[in-house]
Amino acid sequence: MDDWGIRVIFEGQNFARLIMGLAVSLRIALVSVIVSAVGGVIVGLLMTSNRLIIRWICRLYLEVIRIVPILVWLFAFYFGVTKVFHVHLSAEIASDIVFSLWGIAEMGDLVRGAVTSMPKHQLESGLAVGLTRLQVYRYVVIPQAVRRLLPAAINLLTRMIKTTSLVVLIGVVEVLKIGQQIIEVSILKTPTASFWIYAVIFFLYFIVCWPISLYSKKLERKWQS
Amino acid sequence: MDYNFMLTSIPLYVKAGKLTLEIAFWGIAASLFLGLACALITYYKVRFFDKLVAVYIEVSRNTPLLIQLFFLYYGFAKIGIKFEAYTCAVFGLAFLGGSYMAEAFRAGLEAVSKSQIESGMSIGLTRYQLTRYVILPQAFAIALPAISANAIFLLKETSVVSAIALADLMFVAKDLIGMYYKTPEALILLIVSYLVLLLPISAGLSFLERRVRHG
Repeated sequence: MDDWGIRVIFEGQNFARLIMGLAVSLRIALVSVIVSAVGGVIVGLLMTSNRLIIRWICRLYLEVIRIVPILVWLFAFYFGVTKVFHVHLSAEIASDIVFSLWGIAEMGDLVRGAVTSMPKHQLESGLAVGLTRLQVYRYVVIPQAVRRLLPAAINLLTRMIKTTSLVVLIGVVEVLKIGQQIIEVSILKTPTASFWIYAVIFFLYFIVCWPISLYSKKLERKWQS
Repeated sequence: MDYNFMLTSIPLYVKAGKLTLEIAFWGIAASLFLGLACALITYYKVRFFDKLVAVYIEVSRNTPLLIQLFFLYYGFAKIGIKFEAYTCAVFGLAFLGGSYMAEAFRAGLEAVSKSQIESGMSIGLTRYQLTRYVILPQAFAIALPAISANAIFLLKETSVVSAIALADLMFVAKDLIGMYYKTPEALILLIVSYLVLLLPISAGLSFLERRVRHG
């Protein structure tokens, strides 16, 4: 290698700008995670409803969201919905909507799994020893459901963070876009810039997602025993 | 809605769909191979290589495919290692999928009960025979649901390869929107194409799962 392209990262504001770009992706992930946590619990509980039609509608929603790649949904919302309904959505808002819809569906499925995997006798034993229904939920059902749910939910969080990298393709200026701008500016001075910039972005995503994955694994191990 | 336009665009989507399937096929095949190798290395605790596999799995699972592809395609080109976009897409998919498949195989291998392995050893099977005839078939049957979920996940992930200029389904839709401004038509065809690809595959895989479970 003729010259050390890695110094591009430390020139001017470059590194700070990359971090700011990463913050844009993380903000989209954070907003959608909060929406999906709330919406997912509601949809998940609806999925365990006794009414067939409600279960069926939730199931359909989940399958429709799941069967098509997220990138396609991003395009469908950013280009399609805006044109058909004549509304303007910024790329960031469109991303927030798509990731929330996806998160609600996935989270709903996790909640459904956690609730239905709970043995029925747990609830019935609680009632039999004279707890009220509220107490049964508060002290028996919810603590166990959370333990089953949390590792998978945290896993979903890392999946969402990773998937937010796609928003660059509908024009959100996030870490990859800023990386490309830096590369374009320095391409003449430092031809190897793109190697180093993409390596740094790769590393940044890893540094964000890895601790979260480790934490999820730790919880899983702790609560399994 | 311009139905005529949709009708005349169908051949473009068919062609692109073939490319999507092709990339997914090679990517999934390579990741199955890589995943099995990694899982066996972890399972038999092959010295040094098991550490390498552990690092690979963490790196691969905690970074997005899009960034992996950009790094491979645009980054490596600048330090003199150039790949064709097609090769790069298959490599990227295999790099991502390998770790997911490895986890699926690992779970399958660990679920094979100890008595099965000890019985095999006591009737005098060699380690290769034991792996080939006792452990792997059972591990595979247990891992199959996870493997097929991963295969569908990888097929969906191929939508990202349009970003490195491969003319897959996503690329064709983008192209039609850019050239003719027929946004809803192009997007509906895109969604339909993915449904046409994914629904039969997912139905086929769940049929296979049922067969293996009862077989």
